[in-house]
Amino acid sequence: MIEAVPPPPRRAVVEQIMGMPVGVHVRGDGARGTDVEAAIQLGLAGLREADAVFSTWRSDSAIERLRRGELTVTQCSPEVAAVIELCDAARERTAGWFEYLIDDGSGTRLIDPTGLVKGWAVERALTAVVVALEGQGATGLDVAVNAGGDVAVHRAAVDGRSWLAGIEDPADRSRILATVELASGGIATSGSAARGAHIVNPFTGERVARGGSVTVYGPSLMWADVFATAAFAYGDGGLEWLADRPGFRSEGYGAVVVTAAGLTLRLAPSCTPLPPVL
Amino acid sequence: MRRIVVAVMSTISGLVLLFSYHTSTNQLGETEAASVQSRSAASAPADPPVTSDDTAGDTSSDSSSGTLASGTFTGDSVATRWGPVQVEITVKNGKITKSEAIVYPTENHRDVEINDNALPILSDETIQAQSAQIDFVSGATVTSDGYTQSLQSAIDQAFQ
Repeated sequence: MIEAVPPPPRRAVVEQIMGMPVGVHVRGDGARGTDVEAAIQLGLAGLREADAVFSTWRSDSAIERLRRGELTVTQCSPEVAAVIELCDAARERTAGWFEYLIDDGSGTRLIDPTGLVKGWAVERALTAVVVALEGQGATGLDVAVNAGGDVAVHRAAVDGRSWLAGIEDPADRSRILATVELASGGIATSGSAARGAHIVNPFTGERVARGGSVTVYGPSLMWADVFATAAFAYGDGGLEWLADRPGFRSEGYGAVVVTAAGLTLRLAPSCTPLPPVL
Repeated sequence: MRRIVVAVMSTISGLVLLFSYHTSTNQLGETEAASVQSRSAASAPADPPVTSDDTAGDTSSDSSSGTLASGTFTGDSVATRWGPVQVEITVKNGKITKSEAIVYPTENHRDVEINDNALPILSDETIQAQSAQIDFVSGATVTSDGYTQSLQSAIDQAFQ
């Protein structure tokens, strides 16, 4: 493929964190310098820290200790209270289709902010890398953090090159269904193609076993992820449901929905997303 | 191919999927969605063999499933919460080449906005997407196990 402008230098580092591949990409002149590596590592370290606090797979995490009653929220690091507040906001914004208090099977509702923490932590890692690079005087570098297919991106120049995300076909994961250009913000896809039925309908407690997927993109990865997961749980009609979420249209979110029957629908953003505040 | 066939069936039976899935009462309900794999679920208007042209544009591993008759098909008018919707699609060589809402809600600004933006992605766009120089793949969460074989892995490796 011939491009009029040669692609800029780019550096990628991939590590396994939170049980998934996390890739940090830095793009632009100087992207392959040694200082860039340090900034990337700072972002990855932030993700490992978030995992240590919020992982429900690690018995020593603050969340697990909270679940066992060994800690109260106020005894945890302030991030825990901040995330719980965001979870409450997410539940409200999705009319209950996002839920973080999960029945453990015996009627006890345990805190599980996993569905929100990933986007939150990835956005925070992106900010850490961007700030570190700027602190080094390395302005003009684009940064992206990709955690298992949910991506937060930053574009340094207003008129710079966008990031191009491909949305995979849930029925054939080697195939790209559509592409989305992103300047700064995030894109997240929810479905059952990779991990099977793992998204739970909060109103029935049952796992959502249908096919298809929901991709949401816009100014915030965390909210894109919350919207996508909630809409997948909601099921057929998810596209119009998303359009009705408070802020979804006005803040510039868009969606690509693959229905269970295999029809792909796009809801284009109604305005240009504002860049996130770093 | 199979996916597109199902998509066409959905479209022909009305753009109800687009606006108000709940009112769908025909064979396109959830039961069919669950049986996308089955041959009968994808029973197209006619059943000519898959041409080589079709498989070239479709990287699906299974290219032997049902196919589409060429022509223009108009779906039933479907009542949605935003008004009646009727869709016309054009099929050529087994592919949807055009999809157009010939009747759609125009009552208020918001409806028009939704209608203009929420349209099916055509197979042409999918084909173009295959050759785009993408930076990332967004999909259902990739696990560590699945990563090695993924397209994302190949992209990452190019820049390490």
